[in-house]
Amino acid sequence: MAAVGEATTQAAPAAKTGRSKFAKQQERLAYMLVAPTLLLILVVAAWPLYKAVALSFTNERLGRPGQGEYVGLANYETLLWRVRERSDGSIRIGDSDFYEAVTNTILLTFVSVALELVLGLGIAMVINSKFRGRGFMRTAVLVPWAIPTVVSAQMWNWMYNDVFGVFNDMLQRIGIISDPIAWLANPTTALMAITAMEVWKTTPFMALLLLAGLQVISGDIYEAADIDGASRIQQFFGITLPLLRPAILVALIFRTMDALRIFDAIKVMTNGGSGTEVMSTYAHRNLFDFQKLGYGNAVAVVIFIIIAVFVVVYVTSIKVEEL
Amino acid sequence: MSKQLKQNLQNAGFLIVVAIIIFYLLFPFYWAVVSSLKSQAQLFEITYLPTEMYTDTYGVVFQNNNFILGLRNSIIVSFSVTIISLIVGSFAAYALGRLPFRGKTVILYTVLSMTMFPLIAVVGSLFTFIRNPCVVVGADCADLSLFNTRTALVITYLVFSLPFTTWVLTNFFKSLPAELEQAALVDGATPFQTFYMVLLPLTMPALVTTGMLTFIAAWNEFLFAMTFTLDFQSRTVQPAIAFFQGASEREIPWNNIMAASVVVTIPLILLVLIFQRRIVDGLTAGAVKG
Repeated sequence: MAAVGEATTQAAPAAKTGRSKFAKQQERLAYMLVAPTLLLILVVAAWPLYKAVALSFTNERLGRPGQGEYVGLANYETLLWRVRERSDGSIRIGDSDFYEAVTNTILLTFVSVALELVLGLGIAMVINSKFRGRGFMRTAVLVPWAIPTVVSAQMWNWMYNDVFGVFNDMLQRIGIISDPIAWLANPTTALMAITAMEVWKTTPFMALLLLAGLQVISGDIYEAADIDGASRIQQFFGITLPLLRPAILVALIFRTMDALRIFDAIKVMTNGGSGTEVMSTYAHRNLFDFQKLGYGNAVAVVIFIIIAVFVVVYVTSIKVEEL
Repeated sequence: MSKQLKQNLQNAGFLIVVAIIIFYLLFPFYWAVVSSLKSQAQLFEITYLPTEMYTDTYGVVFQNNNFILGLRNSIIVSFSVTIISLIVGSFAAYALGRLPFRGKTVILYTVLSMTMFPLIAVVGSLFTFIRNPCVVVGADCADLSLFNTRTALVITYLVFSLPFTTWVLTNFFKSLPAELEQAALVDGATPFQTFYMVLLPLTMPALVTTGMLTFIAAWNEFLFAMTFTLDFQSRTVQPAIAFFQGASEREIPWNNIMAASVVVTIPLILLVLIFQRRIVDGLTAGAVKG
């Protein structure tokens, strides 16, 4: 939809070349309107980012502001590529705790987004079909989304409790397990236990996005497919999925970005213990627990770069003017 | 198998799936409510239906000074952030959505990218800023420290709330018909008058929706709230729930924690239920192209 200014510029008097007075007025107004936003973003995002990079080249401690010395790329060397031989003869490249955190983050992201996609699509299709409890279901779907992450984490902490938690109780009553499982203390189960909570919490968002995509698909296509004798399964893979592709892509991107940045759930459920450290918690630990403002910011900058790659790929794949 | 039988089985199967989904969605919250109505002793026997309603937990929660202060701080911070973001964001959104100007595309890309910004990247340097706001210009004014203040949260929350409101409102402004502005032009209105008297009233519904989503985002925020505050002079309710203390070191008062969780969640659930339509539209508007 063309903005008004473009239409009137063409109607400007032939004597003036370039922009008409009205267009200039509009441009001036535009800059004034956008200025506060840009200024605030500069202060709370651009400057801190610059400062984070600057600090990452120092060995500054949190408790002694302004007394850090320039150390060049030393932090990045320790973090990413320094080669060390350990006493048992194994070779370590960079900070193994960091790489473990990155691996955990990617694993968690992959599993949770995949599960959310499947569950979200299932729920969206159920809501989309006409049945009497539909309104109630659509409301129920919003409940997990409405609960703050910290609260949800505490709720699931209690459900995962190794002595009095419902999960152990239900599984034991059914007979699947005989001894209670320490879901959040056991490194084998902890990360996936937290993933389960994340999936529960954010599947509604996926379901809503996919539902919006489903509702745009006209019923006529399915009717025609019915007449042609296509089975439900054929219709799903041949009609529904292809037409849902844009919605699925958008949902995937948003959820992937969110999952990579996960912090609250880990902090409240295990505080990074039992092998559940992720990128954000590792950066936070270095900055505020170990008080290493220099090294911690190097971690933060690397995380930013990883995420920025995803953002750039996404943003350049769409044309902002067309949105 | 007769057609009727097959149909009945399919219907029954469908209803079972529906029941499983609803159980999956609602059980955790149900369990929190049930647990919040149990005494410490009752917690130790795992019963799924509430036997007696032990409401002392809610008394403990509402007499917990930290929790009450946390609620107060959350309300103040979330409201402030929402108002500021809506005002500043709607101005920018009008320009981005309706006015032609050079540099618009760059700014649009920036705003969109900012909505996916990782807060962890700036939490360390924002901390140095909060502790000593003049560090931005290289000076020292540590006595003006914003550490442990609500102001610190209001300022830092803008890093996610401002791009969000700007982006959602930009899309909304874009969707308004051009005839409105053209009519105002014909009547002799300046661009600002057009914005203020014609378009802004029309965007009320979008402002309400965006405002609600921003409020919820600010209410739920944890990382900055935990890092930039120390005590409940300024600490919000999410850290309060995360670090809820028991009477003794050993016992974690799960029933009280669940009661606090329910108290914090019920208003949100009610808000979401009442404004379902709007919220769903708001969430999907920025994402799915119709």
